[in-house]
Amino acid sequence: MTATPTAPAGTTDQGRVITYSEAVREALAEAMSADERVFVLGEDIGVYGGAFGVTGDLYHRFGAERVRDTPISELGIVGAAVGAALAGMRPVVEIQFSDFTCQAMDQIVNQAAKIHFMLGGAAEVPMVLRAPLGSGTGAAAQHSQSLEAWFAHVPGLKVVMPATAEDAKGLLLSAIDDPNPVIVLEHKLLYRTSGPVPEGAGRVPLGKTAVRRRGRDVTIVATGVMVQRSLEAAERLAADGIDVSVIDPRTLSPLDDAPILEDVSRTGRALLVQEAPGHVGFTAEIASRIVESPAIYRLLAPIRRLSGLDVPIPYAPQLETAAVPQVDGIVDAARSLMKDS
Amino acid sequence: MSKLGDDATTATRTLRTMWQIRRFEEAVDDLFARGLMHGTMHLSIGQEASATGTCFALRDDDAITSTHRGHGHCIAKGADLERMMAELLAKETGYCRGRGGSMHIADVATGNLGANGIVAGGIPIAAGAGLAYQLQGLDRVVVSFFGDGAANEGAFHEAVNLAAIWKLPVIFLCENNKYGMSFSTEKSFAIENIADRAVGYGIPGVTVDGNDVEAVNEVVAAAVERARNGEGPTLVESVTYRWKGHSKSDKNLYRTKEEISEWRDRDPIIRFERSVVERGVLDQAAIDAVRAQATEDIRTAVRAANAAPDARPDDLLEAVFAPATA
Ligand SMILES: Cc1ncc(C[n+]2csc(CCOP(=O)(O)OP(=O)(O)O)c2C)c(N)n1
Ligand SMILES: [Mg+2]
Repeated sequence: MTATPTAPAGTTDQGRVITYSEAVREALAEAMSADERVFVLGEDIGVYGGAFGVTGDLYHRFGAERVRDTPISELGIVGAAVGAALAGMRPVVEIQFSDFTCQAMDQIVNQAAKIHFMLGGAAEVPMVLRAPLGSGTGAAAQHSQSLEAWFAHVPGLKVVMPATAEDAKGLLLSAIDDPNPVIVLEHKLLYRTSGPVPEGAGRVPLGKTAVRRRGRDVTIVATGVMVQRSLEAAERLAADGIDVSVIDPRTLSPLDDAPILEDVSRTGRALLVQEAPGHVGFTAEIASRIVESPAIYRLLAPIRRLSGLDVPIPYAPQLETAAVPQVDGIVDAARSLMKDS
Repeated sequence: MSKLGDDATTATRTLRTMWQIRRFEEAVDDLFARGLMHGTMHLSIGQEASATGTCFALRDDDAITSTHRGHGHCIAKGADLERMMAELLAKETGYCRGRGGSMHIADVATGNLGANGIVAGGIPIAAGAGLAYQLQGLDRVVVSFFGDGAANEGAFHEAVNLAAIWKLPVIFLCENNKYGMSFSTEKSFAIENIADRAVGYGIPGVTVDGNDVEAVNEVVAAAVERARNGEGPTLVESVTYRWKGHSKSDKNLYRTKEEISEWRDRDPIIRFERSVVERGVLDQAAIDAVRAQATEDIRTAVRAANAAPDARPDDLLEAVFAPATA
């Protein structure tokens, strides 16, 4: 059920390997060291080190003013970040679970997303909101959602979902640089996974899709923890002689669809995988982009979406596992896509 | 007005409930530590008097809304121990059929409108339930349990104001255990007593020693009477302390061992036991028997819950919407 670490932390022939949460922390530390306008705020991010341990020792390194513990007041926290951003700072908010962005939606959707546009470009809101999302921890319906499509639906917000340690660092650095509000959704099962993040690794640009693996038969497009699961599925499919691509959009808004359309045109088969419920989900947008492009003429089989069930995330482990795509399901879906064509 | 420790029957019932809460949570803690329980847990060990004193001021047909730290509220309001334990053990016989877990137990039959995973999420719901009773012409009241941390959410302010202007039959019961996760009340409030916020809404606010089950009961009983008489809501601040970490990931970096042990010395259960012994209401043998009984109650619940069938994933999709009734 938990994502598999790609490698133990340390140094390997891939260079330095660190965990996803270390990578986020490194980005925050580098950004704060480089730019005194950058500060982080959120619940229990100080001495406690963050509910998922992400801010860790930053409080001891940068002090209580720049690693700022807040009361349990999400609307106030995000509003304060919007105001501070308008007034020349570069705040990075941590919302303890992405589910609690619900409390702060007015400031995110009605304020942060629209201010630059509404004011005719006279102001900028260079803020970042980081929040863990996803299921797999037994925390049940109010602590396990994947609400990325909500944010991606709002013009004025940029939305990223890093799937590797290197992207966790690089996309966050780019998000902090960006003059717009950026929502960074980190999957909580990824925090303890590790991957290569070369010493001094820098920015990963927003709005650039990554091709994780190139194959002949099926194009799998996956987000968040589903990228890892799709790569695992790809190994198993390869053993059966099915050769798949795995594509990770990384930035949901703005979406770089060209690599996806190009790959689907080559394979003729698209399998779109997300953890969130399928109904009106992000992968519906990908499917639309495919059918609205010439890639549609190259399809050998109907597009297949594999998503979470349209249910709130349940508590019991056997129910929780059944509610979202697992590696087995991805393998089966890819196989059936091959049979259908 | 009589106190919970004035007669042997009530004292026994009070003590048994507090011990059931303590033993239930110790059992949960143990099952979790042994890897036999999933998810995360928020234990209220040390806060038993607050839950018990409050719920014992209510009638069976009164309601509560609870929190992520809600096992005690649930037990004190009369929930079935076996169904609670079954829920935590991901069983089909659990209160939520394994779909909710610790943070979502509700028992509408005993007036528990639900625990909540969202800090302050239950407070406006309590106001709404109070509004329903008022509209229905019933003399029921609602207690909304929440923590000190919750009093800094917008939901708290909006709900208390609604209840105040509409004179809703609601008791806002703030369990001030000194911390919202790691953030102390000294840092999260610029006022001494959370009850002082009542002034801003034009309702009474009372601070009570939350480790004194009889004092809590008296204060809440007075607030309940006010609410039943149509005089509107009261904000009660029950000052207490959680012995255990906030949840399973807590390393207690934000408080000292001395502080924890100081509060352990103010154990609300032992305190009530001493008081009733001193007053000659119960003797030591009776107290030992109550404790043994509560321990057995929980053992029975764990045994039965363990034997129950696991929650089934097959009908998840049908579980989302309530079926239409003709
Ligand atoms: C809206 C929201 N924000 C944050 C959290 C995470 N969280 C859960 S409990 C908690 C602390 C709550 O403190 P308090 O209200 O004092 O209750 P206590 O845990 O002390 O009983 C936090 C921050 C949450 N569940 N919901
Ligand atoms: Mg508290």
